[in-house]
Amino acid sequence: MAMTIHVDIVSAEASIYSGLAEFVVVPAEMGEVGIYPRHTPLLTRIKAGSVRIKSPDKAEEDLIYVSGGILEVQPGMITILSDTAIRGQDIDEARATEAKANAEEAMRNRTSAMDYAQAEAELAEAVAQLAAIQKLRKNKH
Amino acid sequence: MAAGKEIRSKIKSVENTRKITRAMEMVAAAKMRKAQERMRHARPYAEKIGRVAAHFSQAHPEYRHPFVVSRETVKRVGIIVVTTDKGLCGGLNTNALRLSLNKLKDWGEQKIEVDVCAIGNKGLGFMQRLGSNIASQVIGIGDTPHMERLIGPVQVMLDAYKEARIDALYLVYSRFISTMKQEPIIKQLLPLSAIEASERNEQHWDYIYEPDARSVVDGLMVRYIEALTYQAVAENIACEQSARMVAMKAASDNAKSVIDELKLVYNKTRQAAITQEISEIVAGAAAV
Repeated sequence: MAMTIHVDIVSAEASIYSGLAEFVVVPAEMGEVGIYPRHTPLLTRIKAGSVRIKSPDKAEEDLIYVSGGILEVQPGMITILSDTAIRGQDIDEARATEAKANAEEAMRNRTSAMDYAQAEAELAEAVAQLAAIQKLRKNKH
Repeated sequence: MAAGKEIRSKIKSVENTRKITRAMEMVAAAKMRKAQERMRHARPYAEKIGRVAAHFSQAHPEYRHPFVVSRETVKRVGIIVVTTDKGLCGGLNTNALRLSLNKLKDWGEQKIEVDVCAIGNKGLGFMQRLGSNIASQVIGIGDTPHMERLIGPVQVMLDAYKEARIDALYLVYSRFISTMKQEPIIKQLLPLSAIEASERNEQHWDYIYEPDARSVVDGLMVRYIEALTYQAVAENIACEQSARMVAMKAASDNAKSVIDELKLVYNKTRQAAITQEISEIVAGAAAV
């Protein structure tokens, strides 16, 4: 039987693929890489494209689309961390700017600053109310 | 029979309230199942990326990423507070905010300044009223968290860390233990101390980095922090739905007992009125 390597493809929102493979082709940033079992450790970014997996019990290769991410190769294991969002320096920056702008907007809209003691008192009140309700319920039954 | 009418309208209004809380309970129960599933789906990624990060720290890279180097003096810290967007979920947000408030107080005493990244409306509102410096925020995550929405606010904090405007980064969220039990938790994200601790290893090996160590490790670290944040958000949503379901169930039960009591009072007054009427008639007949 041919040698195999364990392949995991995961994204933050779902686990995409997990299984054994004889041979895997990954669209790395510097060009496609083909990986056989006992490959030397490798860490690289991948671009959007399809990952081809040749599993030992199937004649055809599995094709899995990934939208970029990171590839880690260990001698007995391949891990592909697929991105769910479209990434890029500019896009990430724009997102950060937007989040920051929102925060600034929120800062402008705030009324007056509260001190810690007041905030704590408010929270304690909420907790006490909840506790009281629970106690009331218990006494009734 | 003025009293009877009043009680009747009261019963009606409690019944209407109960209808609403019942509906919310059922909606929360349905959403809870999906949210828990989503939380479970997010786990493998966080685990795998954690494993990669651990492997990486065992290797002996020529490039040490700033995220793994801890700094001697901490002057300013960042905190990511994950809360829900909507209320009516029991003490979930209150507990998480109390935990962060205690931490903020500690830092205040040590003269450490704080930058807040608020994820979720409740935390944002609270931090606003508290007068904290909000560095970034995102609200309206909805029932399905998307990485896309989180990248921006997290990036702001990571940039601040890289530029040494903050010296540590913390994450506060509600951890999902079971449907009945959720627990607020605070976790240190940066510097990645846990990874550094496992660094002593006998093997001498290193990855091949493509195109170069710096950019690849950078991408990995950013994704690692994002994955942890995403997991926190997913877990928080599962917590929210469970807490809401439990809270709404309690509210429905309460409404039911209130209705029972009111019905009893209503029947008593009605009976009293009838008895009075009969005795009046009897008394009238006896007089004739």
